[in-house]
Amino acid sequence: MERTWNNKAWFMVLPVLLLVAFSAIIPLMTVVNYSVQDTFGNNDFFWAGSEWFDEILHSDRFWEAMGRNLVFSAIILIIEIPLGIFIALNMPKKGWGVPVCLVLMALPLLIPWNVVGTIWQVFGRVDIGLLGYSLRALGFNYNYVNDPFDAWITVIVMDVWHWTSLVVLLCYAGLVSIPDAYYQAAKIDGASRWAIFRYIQLPKMNRVLLIAVLLRFMDSFMIYTEPFVVTGGGPGNTTTFLSIDLVKLAIGEFNLGEAAAMSIVYFLIIMLLSWVFYTVMTAYDAEQ
Amino acid sequence: MNLTWMAWTLPTAVFFITILALLCGMAIWEYVSPGGNPRVGVLRFETTRGDRLFLSLLGSAFIHLAWLGLVGPNLWWALALSVVYAIGVFRYV
Amino acid sequence: MARLEETTADGRTLMRQTPASAEAQTANATLARKMRRRGEESRFWWLVPTIYIIFLMLPIYWLVNMSFKTNQEILGAFSLWPRNPTIANYMVIFTDPSWYKGYINSIIYVVMNTVISVTVALPAAYAFSRYRFLGDKHLFFWLLTNRMAPPAVFALPFFQLYSAFGLIDTHIAVALAHCLFNVPLAVWILEGFMSGVPKEIDETAYIDGYSFPRFFLRIFMPLIASGIGVACFFCFMFSWVELLIARTLTTTAAKPIAAIMTRTVSASGLDWGVLAAAGVLTILPGALVIWFVRNYIAKGFALGRV
Repeated sequence: MERTWNNKAWFMVLPVLLLVAFSAIIPLMTVVNYSVQDTFGNNDFFWAGSEWFDEILHSDRFWEAMGRNLVFSAIILIIEIPLGIFIALNMPKKGWGVPVCLVLMALPLLIPWNVVGTIWQVFGRVDIGLLGYSLRALGFNYNYVNDPFDAWITVIVMDVWHWTSLVVLLCYAGLVSIPDAYYQAAKIDGASRWAIFRYIQLPKMNRVLLIAVLLRFMDSFMIYTEPFVVTGGGPGNTTTFLSIDLVKLAIGEFNLGEAAAMSIVYFLIIMLLSWVFYTVMTAYDAEQ
Repeated sequence: MNLTWMAWTLPTAVFFITILALLCGMAIWEYVSPGGNPRVGVLRFETTRGDRLFLSLLGSAFIHLAWLGLVGPNLWWALALSVVYAIGVFRYV
Repeated sequence: MARLEETTADGRTLMRQTPASAEAQTANATLARKMRRRGEESRFWWLVPTIYIIFLMLPIYWLVNMSFKTNQEILGAFSLWPRNPTIANYMVIFTDPSWYKGYINSIIYVVMNTVISVTVALPAAYAFSRYRFLGDKHLFFWLLTNRMAPPAVFALPFFQLYSAFGLIDTHIAVALAHCLFNVPLAVWILEGFMSGVPKEIDETAYIDGYSFPRFFLRIFMPLIASGIGVACFFCFMFSWVELLIARTLTTTAAKPIAAIMTRTVSASGLDWGVLAAAGVLTILPGALVIWFVRNYIAKGFALGRV
């Protein structure tokens, strides 16, 4: 749509600007202030310069949490994106099955995150949970409380359970926008299932897939509540992701300076990724 | 209103005033010559001068972090490098 | 020349048609078979969504199942369905103020947040969809970064900020804090819907002598009513599911149900039935309205960009 140049539009944006500035800019300024100082409570602050950043950048704890988070995000993407595409391709195209599938698949997306954690915490328990009990009955030595590998599996399956539907719904939205004529043309040419996917469906899904990948990456990169409820970051530190570590540092240990420095590094990474997302998105839309 | 909890210090205040001044400067620049001077630079997509400022600032932040992590705590060199980087961004991106 | 070619062409088609029709029919049939074999989905396509939905429903079923059991049954006998269904767990929640107050608190701040977010987002989304102005692109991007920002980064400074204003443990504090990600969300979703309304409608209304507020309320808002509904739903949802900030900013008076649940897990860790019942009740708001937003779920989660 052609938009007219009018700087008075600023007045319409002003309420949003003030509101978000209050809840975004003031806290961010505070974080920057804290990150260069040390405190022993009572609002007594001492200049620390870049010490906290130095400590964060050379701390194994930070890089390990970062590494775990990146591995987690990578695994999530590798599982959820192909699985989501596969399910979306097999969704019914019309009839009563469509709303039923949409509603049932979307349900996990709308469950409060800590309840998602609770559901899986219970579901995976070996004494009272269906999953844990069944795995035990089948002879697996499954215990997500003590075994890091089982804890990871649980957290990953939980995330797949929670968020694959988002990929499915996005891909489905892309698929239904393909006109029937495309499929008919492909049929006349005798195109194989793979060719239809590769040359008709995938190109139409490009844009939604881009959104899906970025949303899933962003959200898994800042995941907190679900793994925290299930494993509490344990056993040991094996499922402590960036956000869990940050909250531990800031609220658990009340280590304001270090937590603030970590927040800034974290936030800068998010800024960079958001910018890439936004740029690719706008460039893609401009091409169309 | 009590603002001690925000723990302002002179350097951070100077930092934010600089950012604010930069934003005001960009607004005035935009007012004087509207359109944002869009062009396609080395990144192969269209950028305006606002994008270039954002890239400069974000890049500078990462340069500082990298300097701190890889070289040492003397950030004046990182600042100098950032200025060179910013000039590069405004010239070529 | 041209005429001649036409006739030959016509002649050829005429000649071809008669003897080839039978052959063409068999060819068509083979093609159809081939299509069914290769191009179309197999007859078992429905297995995929069915298995997936079973996978999704099992954990939820287990929670519902548990909420109708007594603690003795949960811990004592492993049963796939409640042998002696009881609503005692739900009664505990509906009669104990420390439980049902949690729901009331959650609903109060969630509704406040939804109203604030959508109200301020409406004019802003209109501005973004209709006008170009100084720094619009960057402002839009900045809003996005707030949607993407990890709540963990903001938990601590929010605590300090709202303490300074004396707002800790009030509903409005949580409502305002959740604006951080809900206002950008509402702006993005509404902008997506508004851009679908042709600009000519605005121009015609202005020519007809409508003032801007009257046009916006009487003509424009009904046109994007579904968009407003979707934005409200997603603001409600994202505020409802968020725990970290809500928990940080409240102690007792405005404590959300989500935080009460976590506390119960860590403190007693035994009352599984009540915990399950509380969980089922937090799923209900989403489950009740999901039917109305089923076609917009992808749009809402993708910030209106689908």
